[in-house]
Amino acid sequence: MKEPYVELSPEVSEEVRQTTCYMCACRCGIDVHMKDGKVAYIEGNRSHPVNKGVLCAKGSAGVMQVNSPSRLRSPLRRVGERGRGEFEEISWEEALSEVTDRLLKIRREAPERLAFFTGRDQSQSFTSYWAQEFGTPNYAAHGGFCSVNMATAGIYTMGGAFWEFGQPDFERTKYLMLFGVAEDHDSNPIKMGLGKMKGRGAKVVGVNPVRTGYNAIADEWIGITPGSDGLFIMSLIYELLRSGKVDTDYLSCYTNAPFLLEGGDGERSGLFLRDGDGKPLVMDRVSGKLVAFDGKGVRPDLRGDGKHETVFGKLVETYLSDCYAPEKVSERCGVPVETICRIASELAHVAFEESIELPIAWTDFRGEHHEVMLGRPVSFHAMRGISAHGNGFQTCRALHILQILLGSVEVPGGFRFKPPYPKPAEIHPKPHSDCHVNCPLDGPHLGFVMGPEDLALKIDGRAARIDKAFTWENPLSSHGLMHMVISNAYAGDPYKIDTLFFYMANMAWNSSMDTGGVMEKLTAKDDEGNYVIPYIVYSDAYASEMVAYADIVLPDTTYLERHDCISLLDRPISEPDGAADAIRGPVVDAGRDVRGFQSVLCDLGHRLGLGGFVTEDGEAKYKDYADYIVHHERKPGIGPLSGYRGEDGSLSGRGGVNEDQLDRYKEGGGFFVSPIEAGSSFYKPWNMSYQDWAVGMGFYEKPSPYVFQLYVEPLRKFQLAAEGYGEIQPPDHLRDSLKSRMTPFPEWYESTDEDDDYPLHALTQRPMAMYHSWGSQNAWLRQIHGMNPLYVPLRVWREHGFEEGDWAKVTSRHGEITVPVALHRGLNGHTVWTWNAIGKRRGAWGLGEGSPESTKGFLLNHLIDDLLPLKDGERVSNSDPVTGQAAWFDLKVRLEKVSPRKSSEPVFEELKSPVGVGPKVVSFKVGR
Amino acid sequence: MHPAPSVIFFTSFSGLGFGMLMWLGSGLPLLWGLEAFVYFFVAYALSVGGLLSSVFHLGNPKNGLKAFSQWRTSWLSREGICAVLSLLVMGLYGIGLIFLEENWFLLGYVGSVLSFGTVFTTSMIYMQLKTVPRWNMLWTPVLFMVLSWGGGALLVGDENLSLFLLLLGGCVQVVAWLRGDKRFSEVGVSLESATGLGSRGRVRMFESPHTGTNYLLKEMVYKVGRKHARKLRVMGLLLLSVFPVLLLWFLGEYDWVVWFSVILHVLGLLTVRWLFFAEAEHVVGVYYGKR
Amino acid sequence: MTLLPEKVDKKLGLVIDLDTCVGCHACVVACKGWNTENYGSALSDKDAYGGDPVGTFLNRVHSYEVEPPLGASQTVHFPKSCLHCEDAPCVTVCPTGASYKREEDGIVLVNEDACIGCGLCAWACPYGARELDGVSGVMKKCTLCVDRIYNENLAEEDRVPACVRTCPAGARHFGDLGDEESDVSKLVRERGGMDLMPEMGTKPVNKYLPLRSRDEGLGVPALEEVASEPTGFMRWLDKVLEKV
Repeated sequence: MKEPYVELSPEVSEEVRQTTCYMCACRCGIDVHMKDGKVAYIEGNRSHPVNKGVLCAKGSAGVMQVNSPSRLRSPLRRVGERGRGEFEEISWEEALSEVTDRLLKIRREAPERLAFFTGRDQSQSFTSYWAQEFGTPNYAAHGGFCSVNMATAGIYTMGGAFWEFGQPDFERTKYLMLFGVAEDHDSNPIKMGLGKMKGRGAKVVGVNPVRTGYNAIADEWIGITPGSDGLFIMSLIYELLRSGKVDTDYLSCYTNAPFLLEGGDGERSGLFLRDGDGKPLVMDRVSGKLVAFDGKGVRPDLRGDGKHETVFGKLVETYLSDCYAPEKVSERCGVPVETICRIASELAHVAFEESIELPIAWTDFRGEHHEVMLGRPVSFHAMRGISAHGNGFQTCRALHILQILLGSVEVPGGFRFKPPYPKPAEIHPKPHSDCHVNCPLDGPHLGFVMGPEDLALKIDGRAARIDKAFTWENPLSSHGLMHMVISNAYAGDPYKIDTLFFYMANMAWNSSMDTGGVMEKLTAKDDEGNYVIPYIVYSDAYASEMVAYADIVLPDTTYLERHDCISLLDRPISEPDGAADAIRGPVVDAGRDVRGFQSVLCDLGHRLGLGGFVTEDGEAKYKDYADYIVHHERKPGIGPLSGYRGEDGSLSGRGGVNEDQLDRYKEGGGFFVSPIEAGSSFYKPWNMSYQDWAVGMGFYEKPSPYVFQLYVEPLRKFQLAAEGYGEIQPPDHLRDSLKSRMTPFPEWYESTDEDDDYPLHALTQRPMAMYHSWGSQNAWLRQIHGMNPLYVPLRVWREHGFEEGDWAKVTSRHGEITVPVALHRGLNGHTVWTWNAIGKRRGAWGLGEGSPESTKGFLLNHLIDDLLPLKDGERVSNSDPVTGQAAWFDLKVRLEKVSPRKSSEPVFEELKSPVGVGPKVVSFKVGR
Repeated sequence: MHPAPSVIFFTSFSGLGFGMLMWLGSGLPLLWGLEAFVYFFVAYALSVGGLLSSVFHLGNPKNGLKAFSQWRTSWLSREGICAVLSLLVMGLYGIGLIFLEENWFLLGYVGSVLSFGTVFTTSMIYMQLKTVPRWNMLWTPVLFMVLSWGGGALLVGDENLSLFLLLLGGCVQVVAWLRGDKRFSEVGVSLESATGLGSRGRVRMFESPHTGTNYLLKEMVYKVGRKHARKLRVMGLLLLSVFPVLLLWFLGEYDWVVWFSVILHVLGLLTVRWLFFAEAEHVVGVYYGKR
Repeated sequence: MTLLPEKVDKKLGLVIDLDTCVGCHACVVACKGWNTENYGSALSDKDAYGGDPVGTFLNRVHSYEVEPPLGASQTVHFPKSCLHCEDAPCVTVCPTGASYKREEDGIVLVNEDACIGCGLCAWACPYGARELDGVSGVMKKCTLCVDRIYNENLAEEDRVPACVRTCPAGARHFGDLGDEESDVSKLVRERGGMDLMPEMGTKPVNKYLPLRSRDEGLGVPALEEVASEPTGFMRWLDKVLEKV
């Protein structure tokens, strides 16, 4: 019988538009297939450096994002009480004049009364520039509640961090350890990398209390108890030191291990011994003299000079302490002694017995020529699981020390930086907060402090910033503390503000600790009946929970309706073998009265007369964001995009403005790669051919080789201040904490109080098919994750007599929630967890009545206080004492079985949706 | 399996209708004129009504005519053909009896066999499904046919025959339940075999592919409480068989008894047919940890 | 039509590596996207933004936990779509001939122009590979992207099913399982590819590669102490430097 006719070669699309995904922070290249001018199908761009053709669930579901019913349609002005969602639609002119009037007054009177914080912003170099031109010290993005510990520990220790700044050498590594990695910014590259490793039979070890995702396919799972990763790592270090399995050549050449430390008690105690030029000194094995560490031909001696202790000597002393012996840490970590010893032996074996060599010659910064590149094929990757603790900074530091001791950073098979990294902390900007009326700020807001003199303090010693970043509480808070802004603004601590201006940050829901408290603070009124936080401007593309708390809503476009740049000045998309940046171009017309937020900032900048946004004759300098991307120059020849620079577009890195730059990017697939030659591809911090290339690209002005900082001297400076040395002194109540937390070698400390009332650690992680709250409005993705149970380990499950379908009351020191529970056997016995940000407030995101997100979904955030319990009557944020990273994962709870509920609790009043509810049925083909 | 009203009514009423036609075709009883019309009308109402009810189970009935094409492999296609042929043949036969005072008995026998075939092919639609072990046994067609004969006999008013067949039907139903209860484990489907992971250890569902429901769960994963099912079985059996048999045995001489028995039997039939679907477990359920 | 072909020229299918699948659902959504726009009617979603959303998907990823007799529970992500069985029961039960297995490559398809939406094929399938679309009323199933794999409008390298093209971890492989020398056949041989529910007798073409060993050490020698007693840093360092 004849088979029916099947059209085997249907037209795939009328046109393919190539742009960059924004369904999460991974920034993959996408091919958007168009039919009838509409988005028909999205797939990965095969030639893109990030995803090489693959695409995750979120990326493919982008079709439903441009069709999302929760897209805002027009500027809104609040008409009811704050927090109800009652708005009137207004014109852009009305909205912008109102905001301009308000901001003009602030700028004229006290610029710090504007707090401008952007959430999951991918244009931070632009938004920070705007804030700098405005002159408020109060700017940051969301890094403080995301993963600043990871970034800061990485940059202070080795001049670069994980995620977009570096990755394992997936091509060559034979052993990879993942610490606290659930889904990540680098989501597709990690999946691709793990796939490659699986193909070669290389070993992957997952260290995570929860065995899902990457940890599910790890060849070995170590179900560690939360908060103890640092202890586990230090125990591995102990084992490696005990057996002498460290790369002494690497340590002597490329780290500060041979640096000599000043002894004694004085104000220089524990600082590096330096020469007249301020260069740290080492004992040279060749000359037998004390010389600057980076001199030509110097061979630093780890033994030192016999008079001063070397960094390495101190390190060995620190980590060979009994308190890090496997027998001592095993119980707290929940990892058997044999496992710790075995993992250490496997690391040592692969690093030293299975080392690899690439026949590539290179020359280091001391002028020494090397015939080959030696590789230690063990690698590491880590994420929020280890960083979102109150001991996260030192834990991340410990991990980097482990990497460095094994000689596996920037070597074949190890961990590799992605340009513009490596870049040492010293050559990053320092924080600036000096603000004056009608003036730009004195420099970039965020940066890397090198000592107490760099803190953002006012003359009276009080915090200069509303989030108290760069204060004694959290001296190294390089990403700011966005999670403290509302709380501090409400408390008037350190001062009162007038306007909160947020972008893409769902602070009234999943992006805040103590969500209910935040809602109260946003709506609180003073005795006169005025809002305590007087004015709130919010920009978002969708009807998120936060929208309801704004006085003015500036509707943003979706990612397929806008221009953007993913810039080397910001968070790049580079690969270890090349610098790369990318653009977004509008694929479809918005068809609503919405504007890209960055374009709105250009407009506001002009209306406010900000220096960087007006021409000499007072005209708008940039028509819109696209105009800015092409024409803005941070320094002469350095702009947001590195590709197709110069008049004819022939230059990359440095070069003048090219009017056709965006078109050239679009022709090129939406991205640009400047490849790194093989001779520059490893040993980058010390490799002179890489250094020269980096200068050519404009990453820095002169070659900047450096050595890794096992011992972080700036931390010691804060300790010295706490000990009473120096002019800038901390408040007394923080002295002890500074001494014990700012140790120049990471030391492990318990970041939560032992409290038998709350015996269980409670965690969240991001599901791979859903990015925070954005996915719930997506008809496809919300079917995969429409609700979230609290996963409970078998021990606890049995203890409480739970059965399928049961509910539990979860109580922390701060609050309680009532939620559905489910069994998870692959889970650390002292831990419960759930998927992050699936729960939604009723009325938000265009979802209809009874949506599982609002009935069975829930947030753990209600249980997390944004402040630590009062100590000496001081308000101290629930953050890492070094960096201010929100300590989400320090949460401890107890469970209690309760009768099943109709809805998880707490239940908040339903928001009035500014966009109505989505359609009942979705069923269409584009182009039919 | 989801006990959809459409399939319950379809199998129940078409079973009764074709059961009646089978008896009518074989001349038990041989009726004429108006009386024949009434009986044929009832039989047609039941069988055609049942068939129409099944149309409600279709997602896309406009292609319905194509359903007669695949008789070589498909029991559903065969059932359609048998149903139409038997309705045509019995229609002609009926016209002879009602209007022409002709008993084309050969046509009647053919129609009777076709009606029997219709019920048999219906039952084979279920019996053939390896994926529903409870149905996938010889007792399924036996049950369908005995109940169809019994119900048909009751409807054509043959007390003795129906008494015997309903008793038999009750017994077959009990056997089918008892045998059916064991079928799933006999087939040996488990989450271990379904995933191929059994050699490593016991397998349990951790997360469903979707937090809500879907077609598969709605259509094929239906959970009926064990206690609830037991009650329904007792009730169904009493109505289907025990009460009608007792009534017919002791009070068979009264006309109302037959009609009352019909009502009880139909209620019983609907109950056991509901259970036939509701208690049947599809192997796909194991993938969802629903077993 | 619903007679299964006596012999197929090729046995195109998927090989799914359970050892590598991270459970990201990328294949699920890429499939939804492609097949909404292409073969047959759109894959609909009812109550798309409401309390009980039910959509049609041709590929779904389950997650299981395996409890070995010793050691920690193992999590396995388990993608499942049509297995394009050699003895496909879904084909033979179809009354209209809408369901059929292609002679040229063994792909099982539904001809929507002939489908009456009776659902019997879905009942006959042990794997839950078929879903009746709530809006179009016809049966939907994996087409192995028959409109991609031969599509002359696509670049040669893109002529694979959408799920395979998108899979970030490379856990999905596509090829001719009837050709002993094909990459997929080799993978199945090397890794012990297996059938799902063999007791159903469906002879699935798609194969699943089992998990490799979990939670076992590399078997390398234990670390030995450098200096047997604590004698200070210098002694320790001398020992270390001697060894290197």
